Amino acid sequence: MTTPVLFDVPGPKARARIRIGTVVGALVVLAIVAFVLVRLGGNGQLDGQRWAILFDPSTNVPQRLFEALLRTLQAAALAMVLATALGLLLAVARLSDHRWVRLPVAAVIEFFRAIPLLVVIFALYFVLPGFGIRLSTYVALTAGLVLYNMAVIAEIVRAGILSVDRGQRDAALAVGMRKSQVMTLVLLPQAVRRMLPILIAQLVVLLKDSSLGFIIGYFELLRQARSLVEYFTPRFGNDYTFQLYVAAALIYIVINVLLSQLAKYVERRTRQNAKTAAAAAPTLPAGVVPGQES
Amino acid sequence: MQFFTDNFPLLRDAFLTTLGLSLLAGLLALVLGTVLAAMRVSPIPPLRGLATFYVETFRNTPLTVVFFFIIFGLPQIDFVVSFFVGAVVSVGMYTAAFVAEALRSGINAVGPGQAEAARAIGLTFGQSLREIVLPQAFRTVVPPLGNVWIAMVKNTSIAAGFATTELAATLPRLANANAGDILLILLAVVVGYMLITVPSAYGIHRIERRVAILR
Repeated sequence: MTTPVLFDVPGPKARARIRIGTVVGALVVLAIVAFVLVRLGGNGQLDGQRWAILFDPSTNVPQRLFEALLRTLQAAALAMVLATALGLLLAVARLSDHRWVRLPVAAVIEFFRAIPLLVVIFALYFVLPGFGIRLSTYVALTAGLVLYNMAVIAEIVRAGILSVDRGQRDAALAVGMRKSQVMTLVLLPQAVRRMLPILIAQLVVLLKDSSLGFIIGYFELLRQARSLVEYFTPRFGNDYTFQLYVAAALIYIVINVLLSQLAKYVERRTRQNAKTAAAAAPTLPAGVVPGQES
Repeated sequence: MQFFTDNFPLLRDAFLTTLGLSLLAGLLALVLGTVLAAMRVSPIPPLRGLATFYVETFRNTPLTVVFFFIIFGLPQIDFVVSFFVGAVVSVGMYTAAFVAEALRSGINAVGPGQAEAARAIGLTFGQSLREIVLPQAFRTVVPPLGNVWIAMVKNTSIAAGFATTELAATLPRLANANAGDILLILLAVVVGYMLITVPSAYGIHRIERRVAILR
């Protein structure tokens, strides 16, 4: 925070008040934390032995969670590659000079942006079998992620292409490049570079959304944790339930925070880069808000 | 068509559940998000820290994981909530982080002269925030808040995975129907979501034009 405009630089009296506020605020936070810990402790959830299961290879739990993590990353990584490739293609197609290309592509993009991702996944997993096409949970999840995110990425890239200075396009045409060359050699590289932080933010969203696999029963982290719980419960009662859920959630959160930090790092570098810093920040079209889906 | 009319009550109730879930979660997100945004600009450091921690955590957590904690985790500290209430709390708490971020950018967009003038005539932090800054901030963030709202309506579909029969949940329930019938249901579900999002987008545009401040 730079110089605060909302409140005066505190004088002696205000400083005393802020100190009291600080202490009270800290106490309230501590009280909430303590309450949760006491409740957990009262139920025996803080017992070291219960947490040890997460790190003891002889129980097979760490291996299972690791495999589940790999499956999460497998679905997310494939979807990231395909969604980016298709997104680039759709962005270019939506800017085509030919109406018969432009209009259908616009319809596809708007359709997939308008409906919830989970409905896309459900449509692939529950509706397609009616037409004799039976997809595995892996394919349904990945395809859903691709279809939804390619539409969002297409809009991001399109905004990037439109933000490149008109003179670039005119100059490229003037030196005799064909339309496809103008796009691939001049406009797209600048657009992608400029939109990189937003693109990465969208890929973080894609990784977050891979947790939807839980709902259709793909064995990603959450579903694996749930199935381990279902395995342990008849044998040991509810002893390990909470620990396994916390472990699965923490893995998700740590990976997402890391990717978000990468996005921030790229954004800082992009801003320092003279080639992109010279241009004004591109404005996104209405409704393109990366980072807001689940 | 027979199948569709047979299941119309189910679809209607599911639509109303989605609508109710959206409205309640939206209200919770708006209130909680406003409080969080105020905390983030307040003079008291622990409140700033707490709000920052909240926003960063929830923005980096999949909504499914939030649901997971509310539905399966809360019982571990002896709070048992119904599935619907759990869904409202999950979606509301998750969306509050995005509302807070949007509002904070709105607060930053209010001219510094406004806040300085408020201080100059002797308003306290709370007064200047309530009377001067927040009303202007809300006006500037109508479009981003609208986007948060539409994203949230779509996000309520995740409640389908946690035993709330809202629109998306009708698909797995009726999945055994034959091809043509289930396609009709899918169409109805898509239309159901659009019945909320399309008028919302129109309404947001109207509100934006009415309250916009010319600077």
